[in-house]
Formats: sequence, structure tokens, C-alpha cells
Amino acid sequence: MRCRKCSQKAVVNMRQHKLSLCKEHYLEWLPEQTERFIQKYNMFTHKDKVLVAVSGGKDSLTLWEILWKSGYVADGLYINLGIDGQTKYSEMSRQIVLDFARERALRFTVVDVEEEFRETVPQIAARTLRGKAKPCSVCGLVKRHIMNRVARDAGYNILATGHNLDDEAAALFGNTLSWAKGYLIRQNPVLESIHPGVIKKVKPFFRFYERETAAYAVLSRITYVYDECPYSIGSKTIYYKGLLNQLEADRPGAKLHFFLAFLKAKKEGLFAQPPEKCGLELKTCPVCGQPTTVPDTCAFCRMMDKVKSPTVKG
Amino acid sequence: MAKNAQLILRDKIYPVKANQTIRQALLEAGIQPHAVLATRDGELLTDDEVIREGQVIKLIAVISGG
Repeated sequence: MRCRKCSQKAVVNMRQHKLSLCKEHYLEWLPEQTERFIQKYNMFTHKDKVLVAVSGGKDSLTLWEILWKSGYVADGLYINLGIDGQTKYSEMSRQIVLDFARERALRFTVVDVEEEFRETVPQIAARTLRGKAKPCSVCGLVKRHIMNRVARDAGYNILATGHNLDDEAAALFGNTLSWAKGYLIRQNPVLESIHPGVIKKVKPFFRFYERETAAYAVLSRITYVYDECPYSIGSKTIYYKGLLNQLEADRPGAKLHFFLAFLKAKKEGLFAQPPEKCGLELKTCPVCGQPTTVPDTCAFCRMMDKVKSPTVKG
Repeated sequence: MAKNAQLILRDKIYPVKANQTIRQALLEAGIQPHAVLATRDGELLTDDEVIREGQVIKLIAVISGG
């Protein structure tokens, strides 16, 4: 297979675009497309101050690299979740992020969950009984809270994450199976700041397949965490991604069409209910000042109250 | 036909037939083509590349998330 641009040997073939590219042209194509999506979806400009949430994985590090090389003000945030045990997953991720940032002289912030809240994410999950079998729901809640807080307190006006098309399509698939109205309404590559306590969130990679961000990382020799979070093994997300990849194998472009058609349908009025009918009316948490859909303290603060309480069984 | 080539994914070896494309070999081994990148001697390969006898194709898993 040959590169469409120069006829050299191709290294990446994107069947959904009927496009194959050599190394040189692929390493140009992905940043060009990223820039195109940033502009097309009004994500941010060179005047904005962007905080990139980095996990040490291929997507977030590739995003940080591309934003940095494109001249954006893009600093990193790494959250040490304390997922270690035998795998040393968080310790390894942290080192990879620190090395990545230092090699490029990038600015970054590290938040250590255990230092700040006295317990790691798996410990909080076990102690609060939220997400009994796995700490994934606690992990998501903690990350969202910290990302928003750090961005707000440090004066960033954009929070960027490395979610790719496979992440988005799998989330949409899961939410559609249960017709989770609230999640379906909120799912968007750009979430504007609709509350003074919440920072605009963007996903510049939402149109790239997972193998495309991985290919960029491999070709540009970005060192990333190859092993997955030990808690993600057997997760619903990975199961849904597998199902969608089966579909994609027979119908190239099916994943992309699924998600883009969803965005189009939303834009044309699907889910045109008032937000309060979908439980989306945002109030302010009296403890942390972040938005919440309930009239009292937010889910994060309620959970952390349990962590502080010595009477809760672990 | 003898399985005289190999795919390796996360330290697991999948013996496959040579003289077929990587895509065909992945399907033979029950691996989803979209879930991996194929490499040989550190170089990325497209999945229409034909695997020759004795060759070892190292696969990089790309699916992440929980």
C-alpha cells in the first residue's frame, strides 16, 4: 500500500477515510486534522490558556505534544490516583508524564490524591462503598472534580482531554443501550462553561480512531503507558469498544458515522427538552463551589465526607 | 497448511500461516484488526502487508479505557 501524497510505502491505512499515508505525511496529517477540529468546533484559540489532563497514556500525551508543537498555551495536569498494588500503575504513569514534560520543558501540575485526601482512589472506593466491585466511578468523580478545580484556581479557561472516537462511540453506545437521557444530552466534544464554577471542556481528538492516536505516538516515539489500568480489565467500555470494532471491520466508518450522526441529530433538535426536565439544572455546591444537579452538596463532597468519617466501614 | 509465522500480542504468541496478509492473519488468530497496530522490526505496517515464512509480527494493543 502506498502513501496517497507521495507514493512512498504507507505505514497507516485509514479505511474509513480511504486514506493511507507514509510516516512523514501521517505525522503531518494528524496535527493538521487536530487543528481543523479545534477551529471547526470552536474549541479554543491561541489566546486561551489550556490545561491538558494527562494520564500517561497515548491519547493524552499525543494531544499535549501536538498542542505544544502547534504553539498553544497548553500546560499539563497529572492526577496521581494511587492505583498501584502489584502493578505500580500510577507510579509508572507519573514517571512517564514527568519525563515527557521535562524532556520538552513543559509546565505541569501534579495532584496526589492520597496526599490531599489521605486515601488513594481504590481506598476511597472501598471505604465509601461507591463502586463496590471496582473504583472506576469513584475515579471518574475524583478526576472530574480535581481537573475542574485546578483549572479554575490556576486561571485556565479551557480543559482539554485526550478522548478519542472509540471512547466517545463506546460511551454513546452504552448510554443508548440504557437511554441515559442525562448522559446523552451532556455528551459532546465541547462542553461550554454553563456555570461560573465549571471550566469549558474540549476533546480535540474526538474524531480520531484509537489506533490513529496510537500510531502517532509510536511513529513520533512518545513513551507512553502501554499497560492498561488494572481496573479496566473486563470493563463495559472495553467490551463495547470490541463490539464496535467488530462492526467497523465489516463496515469501515461505522464508528465515526455512529457518533457524528448522533451529534448531527442533537444539533437538529433531538433531546430538545428543557434542561430541568432532564435533571440538568445546575446548582452550586455550598462546600466546593462546583456545579451539581442536586440542591445540596455535590456527589464529590458527599463522598469525601464519608472518607473523613471514621465510623464508615471500609 | 503449516503455521510458520507468528503474531505476538502482550507476550502471547499466535502461530499463523505465512503468505497471507496481516489482516487475514489477525482474523485467523481471532484478533480484531482495529484493536492493534502491526509492527515488524520496529516499523509500522499496514494490514495488507503479506507475512512471509518465519516472520514475526509484533502487535501493539490500542484499546484503552475503563
